Amino acid sequence: MSRARLTALLLAALIGAGSFASIASAAPARTSLPEIEDEVMCPICGTLLSLSHAPAAERERVFIRRLIAQGKTKEEIKDALVAEYGGQVLAMPENRGIDVWAYLVPAVGFGLAAAGVAWTVVRWRRRRSGDGPPGPGEGGGPGDGVTDRDAERLDRDMARFDL
Amino acid sequence: MNLKTSLIAVAVAALLGFLTWGLVKKGDAGLKVGEPVPAAALPTLPPGGESSVADYRGRWVLLNVWASWCKPCRAESPALDEFERRNRGEVAVLGVNTRDLSEDATKFLREFRIEYPQIRDASGDYADQLEATGVPESFLVDPDGNLAAHYPGPFRDLEGVEGFVAPAFGGEPIERLGS
Repeated sequence: MSRARLTALLLAALIGAGSFASIASAAPARTSLPEIEDEVMCPICGTLLSLSHAPAAERERVFIRRLIAQGKTKEEIKDALVAEYGGQVLAMPENRGIDVWAYLVPAVGFGLAAAGVAWTVVRWRRRRSGDGPPGPGEGGGPGDGVTDRDAERLDRDMARFDL
Repeated sequence: MNLKTSLIAVAVAALLGFLTWGLVKKGDAGLKVGEPVPAAALPTLPPGGESSVADYRGRWVLLNVWASWCKPCRAESPALDEFERRNRGEVAVLGVNTRDLSEDATKFLREFRIEYPQIRDASGDYADQLEATGVPESFLVDPDGNLAAHYPGPFRDLEGVEGFVAPAFGGEPIERLGS
């Protein structure tokens, strides 16, 4: 095979692979009922749709199945459910009333934890740099709050363990 | 009192406060006769505008909360429709379709040839404001917009509806119809 033909063949293969990849990435993945059931609520039961067999939940399933059959994506189906039942149909806390705490508590918790870690790190670094007084069990070498007399005594004690 | 003890005390007090508030709210559940009936403007069914119980101020209104998936709603529907046809001049009937698919609700209205006006409470928020305990549930609203009578459950027949709406005709409401 000539070099020119080989190059053309490689080029064609590359273009083909590129086209396939772009088509594959552009085509939305087909969704399924179980996939959506776990992310939306039954309109009357206060539970996930997947956990309910109430008549209203069965009608919601029929609606979802019909949209899946029409080739709608998961997001399109969720949008259609919101249009039918309102935002509460999504298994997400609302951003009003007592539901706001579902967002606030983790955010505040994360903030407090971050502040705690930062405070601990700053304190630890200060101690390491000798800014603060040595705590119990800290320091130990000469010049780190240990007197020469202590150092001599430590050397003597250590020498007794030399075999 | 050190910081730790103070924090624990505050947390316990907050928890007790929440529990007390919950108990008070629970004990106070349900609209009371004489209280103003919430009047949220909602889309009409079939779609084409908005309406509210406030649009009927000056008239008696039978507010009926229903859903197409609810079998007792199907059972009471002919009686309600019959009542509305007979008393159109005296009492307005306003349906509140709640937590339902719009297509199912429209089909229901066609199936039972219901002609009285309907509003669509897709999310169920309005039913919550009414403090409805389920479907079907009916509320009789006086000309001033206050609750005159409340009936949770389906009407068995035309006499049941008429008994419930008796205050609109100068009578006393029948508390538990047909039981």
